[in-house]
Amino acid sequence: MEYFQFLIILMLSPLIQGIIRKLKANMQGRIGPGIFQPYYDLIRLLKKDMVISGVTSWIFKATPYIVFASTAAASMIVPVITTKSPFDVMGDVIALIYIFALGRFFMALSGLDAGTAFGGEGSSREMTVAILVEPMMMLSIFTAAISAGSTNIARIAGSGLLFSPSHILALSAFMIAIIAETGRIPVDNPDTHLELTMIHEGMLLEYSGKYLALMEWAHYMKQMLLFTIAVDIFFPAGISNGTESLALASSFGIYIVKILFMAGLMALVESTRAKIRFFQLPSILGGAFVLALLSLLTYIMMSK
Amino acid sequence: MEIESYLHIGFLFFFSGAMFSLLPGQKTKTYIYILSSIGAAGFAVFGLYLLFTEPRNMFSLPISSVFDFSFCGDGISGFFILVISILAFAVSVYSIGYTRDLDNKGLMGFLFNIFILSMYAVVLSGNIITFLISWETMSIISYFLVTFDRDEKSAKAGLVYAVMTHIGTAFLIVLFMILYRYTGDMGFSGIKGLSSQIPEDMKSLVFIFSIIGFGTKAGIIPFHTWLPRAHPAAPSNISSLMSGVMIKTGIYGFIRISMDIMGPGPEWWGIAIIVIGAVSSILGVMYALMEHDLKRLLAYHSVENIGIILLGIGASMVFRSSGMLALSSLALIAGLYHTLNHAVFKGLLFLGAGSVMHATHTKNMEDMGGLIKSMPYTGLFFLVGSVSICALPPFNGFVSEWLTYQSLLLGFKSTSITSKIISPLGGAALALTGALAAACFVKAFGISFLGMPRSCHAENVKESSLSMIIGMGILALLCLLFGVFPGIVLTIIQPVSFMLTGSHGMAYKGIFIGISETLSTLSPAAILITMIVMSISTLIFILTVGRKKRIIYGDSWDCGIPWLTPRMQYSAAAFTKPVRMIFKRIYLPTRELKVSYLVKPFFVKSIEYSGEITPFFEKYIYDPVTGFIHKLAGKVKILQSGSLHLYLAYILITLILLLIFGT
Repeated sequence: MEYFQFLIILMLSPLIQGIIRKLKANMQGRIGPGIFQPYYDLIRLLKKDMVISGVTSWIFKATPYIVFASTAAASMIVPVITTKSPFDVMGDVIALIYIFALGRFFMALSGLDAGTAFGGEGSSREMTVAILVEPMMMLSIFTAAISAGSTNIARIAGSGLLFSPSHILALSAFMIAIIAETGRIPVDNPDTHLELTMIHEGMLLEYSGKYLALMEWAHYMKQMLLFTIAVDIFFPAGISNGTESLALASSFGIYIVKILFMAGLMALVESTRAKIRFFQLPSILGGAFVLALLSLLTYIMMSK
Repeated sequence: MEIESYLHIGFLFFFSGAMFSLLPGQKTKTYIYILSSIGAAGFAVFGLYLLFTEPRNMFSLPISSVFDFSFCGDGISGFFILVISILAFAVSVYSIGYTRDLDNKGLMGFLFNIFILSMYAVVLSGNIITFLISWETMSIISYFLVTFDRDEKSAKAGLVYAVMTHIGTAFLIVLFMILYRYTGDMGFSGIKGLSSQIPEDMKSLVFIFSIIGFGTKAGIIPFHTWLPRAHPAAPSNISSLMSGVMIKTGIYGFIRISMDIMGPGPEWWGIAIIVIGAVSSILGVMYALMEHDLKRLLAYHSVENIGIILLGIGASMVFRSSGMLALSSLALIAGLYHTLNHAVFKGLLFLGAGSVMHATHTKNMEDMGGLIKSMPYTGLFFLVGSVSICALPPFNGFVSEWLTYQSLLLGFKSTSITSKIISPLGGAALALTGALAAACFVKAFGISFLGMPRSCHAENVKESSLSMIIGMGILALLCLLFGVFPGIVLTIIQPVSFMLTGSHGMAYKGIFIGISETLSTLSPAAILITMIVMSISTLIFILTVGRKKRIIYGDSWDCGIPWLTPRMQYSAAAFTKPVRMIFKRIYLPTRELKVSYLVKPFFVKSIEYSGEITPFFEKYIYDPVTGFIHKLAGKVKILQSGSLHLYLAYILITLILLLIFGT
């Protein structure tokens, strides 16, 4: 069973996206599509023909596979329901962030490949956001890693840390990082199709059919993975340390509750905040960097 | 065979390569690089031997009673010889095709071979005088190579390089004089044995001078200003060697003096190196991001990567000063691993840039575009280099940066509060550097190789010749191998770190590498295999679920405009605009907008826009100093009037003064 915990992320990530959309719709007074809508969308896209720009090169065709495969590889590193994860020797939390960076790198290249201004704009903005997010994300993870004495995610999760001042600060920074990485309001608007305001969608503009399905699915997976990392690192209580099926079942139940909480939080943030101007991002992300820095200093000063 | 015979083979081939180049006749000149590549292979074997044997004297030629000309090697030399040889081999193969259209093939062949030999000489030097002679030879030969293209820009770059490198050498001479003054020995091993006689404050002075002297060669900020001028000015095979390995001799010198000879120092040495490393890496990559000249961009990335190497070395020095030798060894492994990696991927990228320039006759990436279709191999190899330098898995840059992160994170085990705070911040700096580098190479690769040709330069270009492709291919393959099989590289590096720290470090080898202290493991091979398996299963999944497999080729989305022109693509300047805006306190950008009207203010005839960033270090540090020197020189000039009588008067006055005060 522990060999297949990454399948939870692979299979359930569209559902989480559906739930977030449904919650958002309800909070905004709309009925909204059903929670299984992302699955229908993916299946529909997979069955469609593709229209590809004649300007593009092989990079454009390789990118969906690289993005999907790298996100899937990342999901094997992360412990989902048990810390006895057999694949965690592959890498640690630093490797995970760099695997995400690999996907982002190729996605940004594919944005430039079609030779349109929108793709380039999306790439440029995505890389800029990454510049602001990555140090902050790394620093907030460092705090957790230092207090657990390891960068291995399963060990951080297994160390059973409780809330401490430094953790709360690091968690706040990490939450802002998640919002930025998943392209949500107030950083990016996932629902927009107005070319000038798009970041993530801008890069995907030229994709259609099967490739678009892969890119979308990878995006859902990345979102759920980031949620999972957050719960693994910052509130691991309830995750199983063994492989007995009963323990795994209860761990799964707790995990779902935690992820639903994260999804609800995202929907709440998106419904109550407005998207901010691109050049105001440094203030919010810089603020998050300060939080992460404070969390590290707090840990060093107070040792907790 | 004896170990030395490989050295002799290597030397013989390089030397005969240099001599054959001087023979008249141009036809066969490109094939002397075959000799160089055999020489490099010989040196590579020799370097490997040195790593796993005891230190030994190679060659000693007494000149006078005071000093002799001596070369000796140990593990540290062996490692750097190996690094130089790997790149020298690939660049030699590349040069067969690259130099074919050169005007002055003979001179190039001669300088090329002597340049590589002089780098070997630097890392093999056994005493002060030999070191300084080799160091100067290397600097002067590289000066000739920088000014190889006889245009004004190269001449100016060469001048800046010559001045900077000699300032660095001046500091080195003072450094060696201090060492000699207190130990009375010229040989490195002798000085090392007596290094306890050097007082502590003198040791610190030597340390500071070694940062300035070797840092100038390595290109750390603020001594980097020559680097983005000189490296792009040289022909690309030479830029590749300069950026890939020549600046590493600075790292070698630093390790030799500050770590090997002087032994463990106080903690602030290491902290200073971490801070210098962090500043160099962040500012280096930031300036790189604003460059649209492909080779200048790569040159700035050398500044960045030297910074990353120094992060590892600095962490190693911090741990060593507090006696945590295992951690010190780990951090040193990280730094040396990155030294090797940087040589491979930066060499590759410069060769790629050389191929692109060879084909398009431009350095400006705003004039390129769409090259991946006309130059598929160059494009692929440049992409491999880009992915490696951005430290993305599963390529080599990732492994060394991962090790650097681990060593910086382990800084919390240190006893002092300063290093507890500085090391994780060094890690955050590395994360920022990584993200900036990724943005930079999305720009460099995306704008030059993807999209539509942006100018006539990029149309109808041809792929490079076979030897150039092979030269790049070797390095691209090494980028992958050093990334996927880190165990092999660790076997090569561990003798060096063991020699310097007395501990094997904690990275265990094999298909996985891991740090026993933090129980963190990494296996790039597993990541690669997982990704391949996932890609194949995705492909199968798509083929089974999706019914139709038709792909229709159309136009890019153009908002309904009848056609998209290449000028409507995103440009490199536009791509980096957000970063320029966000970090404007660092870049201090200036812009100029010239609008000319037919009828003001409605009918615009033309708009001219130019924007640039302020080169902070040149403008606020170097220009005032050079200005002051110029002014002083102007004042001194009064003495030198050109009148013979006045000069005779000076001699007379000096003589009288000497007679009065000399006794």
